[in-house]
Amino acid sequence: MRPAKKLMASLAAAGVIAALSGCGAAGGSEDSAPVALRMSVWTSDEKQLALFDSMADEYIAEHPEVESVTFESLPFADYNSTLTTQAAGGNAPDLAWVGDIAKDLIDSGALAPLTESFEATEGYEYDDILPSVTESFSQDGELYAYPFSNSPFALYVNEDLIAQAGQTVDPATLSWEDVDRIGAAVTQSTGKPGYIIRDFDFSGWLSLANLWAGWGAQPWSDDGTECTMDSPEMVEAFQFFHDSVYVSGATPGPGVTADFFAGDAAFTTAQVSRASLLDGSFQFEIYPLPTGPAGEYGNIGQAGMAAFAGGDHVEEATDFLAFMTNPENSAKLAQFFPPPRQSLLSGDELVKVNTKLSAEQLDRVVVDELADVSATPPVTSPAEVTSVGKTALDRMWSPDADVAEVLGSVCDAIEPVLQGK
Amino acid sequence: MTATSTDGGRTRATGAYWTLRRRDALAGWLFIAPQLLGVIVFVLLPVGLAVWFSLNEWNVFTGSMTFVGGENYDRALTDPSIGAVLGTTAIFSGGVVVLNLSLGLGLAVLLNRRIPGGGVFRTLFFSPVVISVVAWTLVWGFLLQDNGAINGLLALVGIDGPNWLQEGPTAMASVIVTQVIRSVGVNMVLFLAALQGVPGDLYEAARIDGANPRSIFLRITLPLISPTLLLTGILTIVGSLQAFAQVAVLTEGGPELSTTVLVYYVFQQAFEFSDIGYGATLSLMLLLFVLILTVVQWQLRRKWVFYED
Repeated sequence: MRPAKKLMASLAAAGVIAALSGCGAAGGSEDSAPVALRMSVWTSDEKQLALFDSMADEYIAEHPEVESVTFESLPFADYNSTLTTQAAGGNAPDLAWVGDIAKDLIDSGALAPLTESFEATEGYEYDDILPSVTESFSQDGELYAYPFSNSPFALYVNEDLIAQAGQTVDPATLSWEDVDRIGAAVTQSTGKPGYIIRDFDFSGWLSLANLWAGWGAQPWSDDGTECTMDSPEMVEAFQFFHDSVYVSGATPGPGVTADFFAGDAAFTTAQVSRASLLDGSFQFEIYPLPTGPAGEYGNIGQAGMAAFAGGDHVEEATDFLAFMTNPENSAKLAQFFPPPRQSLLSGDELVKVNTKLSAEQLDRVVVDELADVSATPPVTSPAEVTSVGKTALDRMWSPDADVAEVLGSVCDAIEPVLQGK
Repeated sequence: MTATSTDGGRTRATGAYWTLRRRDALAGWLFIAPQLLGVIVFVLLPVGLAVWFSLNEWNVFTGSMTFVGGENYDRALTDPSIGAVLGTTAIFSGGVVVLNLSLGLGLAVLLNRRIPGGGVFRTLFFSPVVISVVAWTLVWGFLLQDNGAINGLLALVGIDGPNWLQEGPTAMASVIVTQVIRSVGVNMVLFLAALQGVPGDLYEAARIDGANPRSIFLRITLPLISPTLLLTGILTIVGSLQAFAQVAVLTEGGPELSTTVLVYYVFQQAFEFSDIGYGATLSLMLLLFVLILTVVQWQLRRKWVFYED
């Protein structure tokens, strides 16, 4: 055969093989084929992943139709964009952890409804789930994600640094004014930051909710369509924080890295679940968030587990989710994440699976707090709101900034996004 | 039907269809087929898809696509941020191109003098090129913190350093310098090769004629390395317009929009805000800019590149 003919014949053969293999693949995706489920999560904690794997093994043993359940760890910083990219590429997972992206997903019909499936599962005890923590993941009375983690924000205190600065903390009356005063004293005597709003870093500005909620402020209306960043309460809260940065020096300015859990600061606000970062290198205490002018308040950060509605195995995914969040497995999950189930919410129950905090501490910062907490109301396009808000808020971080004027510009920037442009 | 005969080990077509010209054409197509396939799959198809996406609003979570025609293009023209983003892109690219080419050429001229330890310096200046851009930028991110090593060193000599990444002008300067130090090695090596290709007798003749070093550089060296200047110019401009990781890791486009270059803005729209249609529109805008700049440079070469015409 001549070279040209040989080549043509080879190409034709390759084409036929490709076509046949294509047919084979199409013919292979039958309903009876074993199901492989994939769940995207943002944790890479080996203990947590091992727990999930053990739950999956237990489920697979009882459900031969499911061949495997893979837990795919994605970096937290890029979690939402990675999930979006996967979905855009037709490769969305069957199940996923969802945070602030939940409202967008629910609004677009991307998540599978769970209520009926959970209620129908034997021994699920759906009514045991606290209604106060399902709000962010529900629409029209239908649950779209199981709120597996409901972590109240608390105030962590480095008692060694406080003592070193000759200061004392009275938890019964602790206010933000006290935190600022004690923090400034710590900075002056030790050179270390007084307090840090964790995860803020002059970028993730919604983390400041731990502070501004003490002034009774919230960034937008309950329905998420009207900006309230320029409300008098918010202006007062930001003026307080601005003074902490540029007048008292109790909290460091932009461009300074400091980690409370490495012993770098006297106070930090962080979720209770962050207690796992404590390594025993200093004496610590944990209290509810300090009071502000609006009195006592609680703030919570939530994460849910959801099943995607557009997947090939929605039924299996929903069923696995019901198994993973049943009372027995919820108790196991509670060692890492404050649970949404009433039956598990007592310090004595939580301490069985929590190695860092005492029953008394857990009662104080989890059980008592979860009864009456608020979360920032969900909005559509949270990433865009955060990004354009951050861009406008950048002008706040100079000593002579006009706090009210900058907050007005934040509203100018985010309101079109809140109202869907 | 085609008949063949073997003559001295060579196969020859004697039939009517497979003429020598046709066989050559087929061989030619087959030779370029792998490259052609690559261009189609990885360049033309994505560009075509980007055009399609730009005409649609795509809900990535449900997979639904709604045709919106020129709506995204209208939006690009009226986007209140686009002016600032294009201005930032121009400052960044201009800064990188000027600094990169002048530093690259300057280093090459110095290293071309066969100074002792020249090889060590060459390796030193080139080594950042092979380091992962994210790792490189992360390290610079730590160095440029307000309480970082650079301000620590400045404090030792009594200077109160600025908060590099938190103030607009210094943030932009930091991103430009970080990018230039990382990539200047490539241009330096290209310039060095070009300088070493300039015939020595031209310099000798110039010196005999009494030319001073400045004249020699401007009238002999620069014209003779002008093809390399064109190449490095195009590569540096295109590279600067594509710089993403430096901005994403160092400043996330801030403070305000002071370091939000067009590529980062495209990323935000498409992948952070899930607005793939608008992101695709902006990326086509970027493609157009790169194309125009390259064509302009290519046309201008007739005026200043030595080997042409």
